[in-house]
Amino acid sequence: MKTGSDAVQTHVKPKKPIYWSRIIISALSYLVLIIGCLVVLIPILAVIFGAFKDSKEIANTSALAIPKNWVFDNLKTAFIDGKVLKGLGNTAVIIVISCFGTIMTGTMTAFVIQRFDSRMTRFIKSAFLVATLLPNISMQVTVFQIMYKLGLYRTFAAPIVLYVGTDIISIYIFMQFLSQIPTSLDESGIIDGASYPRIYFSIILPNLKPAIATVLIIKFVGIYNDFYTPNLYMNENDPVVSTVLYSFISGKRTQWEIVFAGIILCIIPTLIMFLSLQKYIYNGLVSGAVKE
Amino acid sequence: MNNKTGKKVSFKNWIKTYEGQKFYISVLFLLIPVVLLVVFTFTPAVNMIIYSFQDRDKYGADVTWVGLENYRTVFSDAGILSTFKNSLYYLCGSIVQQVLALLVASILCSKIRAKGLFKGILFFPYLMNGVAVSIIFKKFFVKGERGIVPEGTLNYLLSAFGLDPIKWISAESPMLANICLVFVSIWRYVGFDIIMYIGAINSISPDLYEAADLDGANPWQRFKYIVFPSIKPIISLQLILAVKGAISVFEIPYIITGGTMNTSTFVIDTINTAFSKNKVGLASAMAVILLVIIIVVTLLQKYLFRESNDKVKRSKRKGADKR
Repeated sequence: MKTGSDAVQTHVKPKKPIYWSRIIISALSYLVLIIGCLVVLIPILAVIFGAFKDSKEIANTSALAIPKNWVFDNLKTAFIDGKVLKGLGNTAVIIVISCFGTIMTGTMTAFVIQRFDSRMTRFIKSAFLVATLLPNISMQVTVFQIMYKLGLYRTFAAPIVLYVGTDIISIYIFMQFLSQIPTSLDESGIIDGASYPRIYFSIILPNLKPAIATVLIIKFVGIYNDFYTPNLYMNENDPVVSTVLYSFISGKRTQWEIVFAGIILCIIPTLIMFLSLQKYIYNGLVSGAVKE
Repeated sequence: MNNKTGKKVSFKNWIKTYEGQKFYISVLFLLIPVVLLVVFTFTPAVNMIIYSFQDRDKYGADVTWVGLENYRTVFSDAGILSTFKNSLYYLCGSIVQQVLALLVASILCSKIRAKGLFKGILFFPYLMNGVAVSIIFKKFFVKGERGIVPEGTLNYLLSAFGLDPIKWISAESPMLANICLVFVSIWRYVGFDIIMYIGAINSISPDLYEAADLDGANPWQRFKYIVFPSIKPIISLQLILAVKGAISVFEIPYIITGGTMNTSTFVIDTINTAFSKNKVGLASAMAVILLVIIIVVTLLQKYLFRESNDKVKRSKRKGADKR
């Protein structure tokens, strides 16, 4: 394909000026991309180098100097003493429970609202729609009182309940996707004598798999990177990834080499996920945002 | 008795019918989500309005009604008002961000080698933990002190080019500090916009490009007459979202400066007022104001988009007429 169109272009347009301007444009294009990548990578490079220096070296050398002798102790210190391990574990627990909860409540809500058109479901749909308007972070001023009264403050339940209960984007993604699954599929189930719960579990849920994958990715990224919810509601002794990192710099003395090691450890899971699911991530995150 | 049992039997039968199933499935499936919605979204929203007329602390002890006092405080507090000024930095920042994203996206949609690699590197910051990003840049902008603190990455680069180090984030120049924070925000989020614009540009029909190539259009003309008009709705949506984003900035400045050195934002002020200063009434008033602003912007967006949708439809109709 490519060579074909190239050949056509060179045959049809052999004029030199266009040829030169194309070269300049493509050189400029690469320049822009390379500068962009350097801007992204240089700050991260400083972290990688810093994580492998000992405390003396990091204080005396510049940020972009390559470590003289690579020290791996910082990683170990951050992982165990710095509680990164604990943070990763707690984050995993919260992600698994919240994702399960979101998928169950999200698909069920979407199923009822999308398939059973009645005054009640239309009312509930618009209630969810109104809820998307409310600004998330500043709402915590009053959500906090409710959490406190319910006794959820400083428990794992607080973030989980918020991740499941205030996630309206997921419901939208499921509804959007459901509207593309033909109702004739449900009807054929009805003809076979399947009950509605049966239709939900053996027809709707399996067909929603791509939407579930999208929601899982959005949820993972959102929860893994969320800072203010765990910072506000969780016990400092039971940190998640974000609050572990925050605790590194909120103390009196910041040991930068340990902080950097902690950052690397916390970014590795994200990097692995990104490299293995790249295509789904691009599509998933963008489709999640376009629903807004 | 008879009647009652009769009713019961009919209820039992009714629940087995599809009508009955619909009823109990609706109740069962919607119960938890609706309870969560009411408890964690609508109740706090209503409380927010009520509390905004009160003087109260975090835990709800010692409540007194103060009328409009909280709102008066918000609009007369110089510190709070200056956060709106800071939002303007972020608003300008997101315009820069859109331009950059569009530029890179159109480059990545042309014939380029190693597209996937460039795309991946530019997008990855969006996936990174916000606290990690903030810490990275906290160090990136450090101004060193001889013998005590080594120069941060940026000043090191400057000195490598023979320039003097600069105090990037300091109380002396709130403008520079805010610009640095906006830079971090662009660094983190631009990749997402790039991916979105790539998607939009790729959805343009290839016929249009072919026609342009036949007419001998250069890349700029191609962008101006084909790409830009096709993705205009997305650009305007992004700009409206940028207004919402600019006023709700929180994480990056909260972690890097804690809102000190005149870099606070409205949301940081709201959260600090509620949880550090323990003035939940005042914070609620601020949250209500934010809510009103966001609702106004959203309505504006709905209104503008109805118009642009109509235009799309009209132009389609025109196109159909010509054919």
